[in-house]
Amino acid sequence: MSSIRRTLEGSVRRDIALTCLAVLFIGLSYGAIAVASGLPLWLPMVQSVFVVAGASEFLFIGIVAAGGNPLAAALAGLLVNARHLPYGLALPPDVTGRGWRRIFGTHLMNDETVVFTLAQPDYPRKRAAYSLCGLGVLVAWSGGATGGALIGSVVRDTNAFGLDAMFPAVILALIVPALRDRATLRAAVAGAVIALAAAPFLPAGLPVLLALAAVLLLIREHPAREHPGRERPAP
Amino acid sequence: MKDTTLVVAGMATLAAGTYAIRFAGPALRTRITFPPRAEKLLEAAAVILLAALVATTALTEGHRFSGLARPVGVLVGGVLAWRKAPFLVVVLAAAASTAVLRLLGVP
Repeated sequence: MSSIRRTLEGSVRRDIALTCLAVLFIGLSYGAIAVASGLPLWLPMVQSVFVVAGASEFLFIGIVAAGGNPLAAALAGLLVNARHLPYGLALPPDVTGRGWRRIFGTHLMNDETVVFTLAQPDYPRKRAAYSLCGLGVLVAWSGGATGGALIGSVVRDTNAFGLDAMFPAVILALIVPALRDRATLRAAVAGAVIALAAAPFLPAGLPVLLALAAVLLLIREHPAREHPGRERPAP
Repeated sequence: MKDTTLVVAGMATLAAGTYAIRFAGPALRTRITFPPRAEKLLEAAAVILLAALVATTALTEGHRFSGLARPVGVLVGGVLAWRKAPFLVVVLAAAASTAVLRLLGVP
C-alpha cells in the first residue's frame, strides 16, 4: 500500500475511494434486494465474493427469485460478463499480475477498475490503479452486499429508499464517456429500444442479448468513415 | 427457492465462467492481435449490452413497466453524469430522486 501511495496521485486515490463508496451503496442495494425478493442471506454474500460483477449478479438473483432455472440464470450472467474479454484485451500485458499473482489479480478485473487503469499515463501507475481499485471494489462490493442482506432482512421495503435506481444509474454513469461518440450513442439507443421492445415477451436476460443486433449499425457505418475514398489509388 | 443444490451449481457456474472470461483476455493478448476495427466493435458491443441493461433495469419490473419513479431517478443520474458530476453524486441523486418521487406517491 505504501508503494501505491507513492505511485498514484492524491486526486486519483480520492476518485477511486469515492467510486468504491458508490460500489458499497450498490452492494447494499444488491444484498437488500436479494433478501427482500425471498432469497437466503448467504446467497448475495457468497456470490459477491466469488463473482464480483454487479450486473450479472443482479440478473442472476432476478431470474432465480422469479423462479427461473439457476443454470439458465448463470448462462445469462456469463453473457453479460462476456465484456470482460475485450476488457482483458484492452489492458496492457501483465497489468493483472505476473506468474502466480495473476491467479488473484485476474479476479480484480471489473468495470470500474478497467476505467481507472486505462486512464493512467504510464505502466507503474496503471499497475497501482489496477491493484488499488480492484481490491477496493472487491471489499466494497462484498461488504456492501453483506450489509445489505442484513438490512434487507430487517427493512421491508428497500424500494422506498430508491435503491433500485442506483444500479442502472451507476452503469449509465460508467458508459457516458463512450456515449459521447455519436455512432456509439446511436447504436446504444437502438440496442436499448430493441431490449425494451422484447422485455414484455422474452425471459429475463434475453432482451439484453438481443440488443447486440444494434452492432450491425456500426458495422455498416465504420468502413465509410475509416476508409475515405482518397486512400484508393486513382485508376 | 426450490433447490439449494441447483442454486449453488448456478452460482459456481457463474463464478467459474466469469473467472475464465477474465483470465482469457490478458492470456490471449500476448498471442494474437485484433485488427483495430474488431477491437472497436468489441468495445461498442460491450457499451450496447450495458445500455440495454440500463434501459431494462430502469424501465421494467418482470415483464411490466416499473412505474415512473425509478426511470426518472436514473434519468436524473444520467443528466448529471453527462454534465460530468462526480460518480457518487450521480448515484445518490438517482436514488434520492426516486425515493422523493415515491414519497410523493409516484409509483
